Amino acid sequence: MNTRWSRKDLLGLRELSADEINFILETADAFKEIGTREIKKVPALRGKTLINFFIEPSTRTRTSFELAAFRLSADVINISASASSLTKGETLKDTARNLEALHADILVLRHSSAGAPQFLAERLKSSVINAGDGAHEHPTQGLLDLYTIREKRGKIANLHVVIVGDILFSRVARSNIFGLTKLGARVTLVGPSTLVPREFEKLGVTVSHKIEDVLPSADVMNLLRIQHERQRKEYFPGIGEYTALFGLTRERAKLLKPECLIMHPGPINRGVEIDSEVADGLQSVILDQVTNGLAVRMAVLYLCGGIAS
Amino acid sequence: MKNHQPTSAAAPIMDAAAIQRALKRIAHEIIEQNADLKSVVLAGIPLRGVEIARRIAEFVREIAKIDVGTGVIDVAMHRDDVGTRAQLPVVRASKLPVSLETRTLIVVDDVLFTGRTVRAALDAISSFGRPARVQLAALIDRGHRELPIRADYVGKNLPTAAREQIQVRLQETDGEPDAVWLLKE
Repeated sequence: MNTRWSRKDLLGLRELSADEINFILETADAFKEIGTREIKKVPALRGKTLINFFIEPSTRTRTSFELAAFRLSADVINISASASSLTKGETLKDTARNLEALHADILVLRHSSAGAPQFLAERLKSSVINAGDGAHEHPTQGLLDLYTIREKRGKIANLHVVIVGDILFSRVARSNIFGLTKLGARVTLVGPSTLVPREFEKLGVTVSHKIEDVLPSADVMNLLRIQHERQRKEYFPGIGEYTALFGLTRERAKLLKPECLIMHPGPINRGVEIDSEVADGLQSVILDQVTNGLAVRMAVLYLCGGIAS
Repeated sequence: MKNHQPTSAAAPIMDAAAIQRALKRIAHEIIEQNADLKSVVLAGIPLRGVEIARRIAEFVREIAKIDVGTGVIDVAMHRDDVGTRAQLPVVRASKLPVSLETRTLIVVDDVLFTGRTVRAALDAISSFGRPARVQLAALIDRGHRELPIRADYVGKNLPTAAREQIQVRLQETDGEPDAVWLLKE
């Protein structure tokens, strides 16, 4: 029985077929089971070396990749921007070629520039996994969101998924849009027109600037984090106004169907994009997303890293 | 397992009735060898091992009126050849009882060949716990072992050349009538 996977890299969901996405999700099912074992470790990637190369800060994604690699018995090295020779003026390509010269098999890259993972993937024999590049894509986040929806609702096709927030700057939104539309979901983007321009409709989604309109028909609400560190004044007047217009408050949450899932990629700004008690409520699957992220990343590492080079 | 079709109108090595007889005999042997049948768990290796384990469990129920446990033990992520093959094996979730300590685990597969799959299964089992004992049942033992592994229960011993292939087909997993074919390359 052979796989329907032949890529050494995972750069984004845009270039994947629906079949490839489904295959990753099915593989993740198998890896999720390992979390229930007494010994949560399998030898699938024994002898392989993974380098977590994070040019931008991240705790959750880096930890998730690290733990996924440990559970597959790979050896892991973590490199952060401040500790790397990039601060000494070395180019990204030179740094990466040095890492490859150390026989790294898998490079997990988080970078502030869109396209950095693709640039390296085309030049290295190692597998390159995109852990978030600029405002481009964050494919493993997209996959874990798909996995969580599929697990909780039993399907993805024909569900109405609403993504709220700073779509313009969000790589999580882009990966979700590509993945969801390929698997047949109906996607609505909600937010201020400065952050959710109509142009997104070219991707096969609907744009709305009024959250109340979409709440009653939503099967999934995915609230994106308002990224303080990326915001500039001109996009919206203030956090308070954003919450007043687009926050998933306790009052607004009452308009949702009882079976509607509430998701958030984290870290949460409690009281900004989502009220504390909504984030902790029965409809929230925010912590399931974290658990599923581990299984999805194990699947991605296994599939990309296990391919004979 | 390559998806070769039987070459000619030649008869299979085993037909449906022969397979059922062999599995029934294995069920009798399991009952004879295991005084405490209630502690037995039949763990099939996907895909066909799972179906064979199910059928053996059914025979045990018929004969001894006791429900033996069944489970699934996937070996793909425990193989020792990941990264050396162009295509990866598909991984599937394993399913075993939470506590194995007092159980007799019988690993069930369709064909016993090099023994490497069974080695991987033993490795996988140890990550779930420490069964009281582990036994091995196979529908076909075709020889050519590369590891010190032997089966406790064998449906049919089938001496083969290394270049030949054994193809097992089961209605439930393959949508074809039950049969065992010997394919010459």
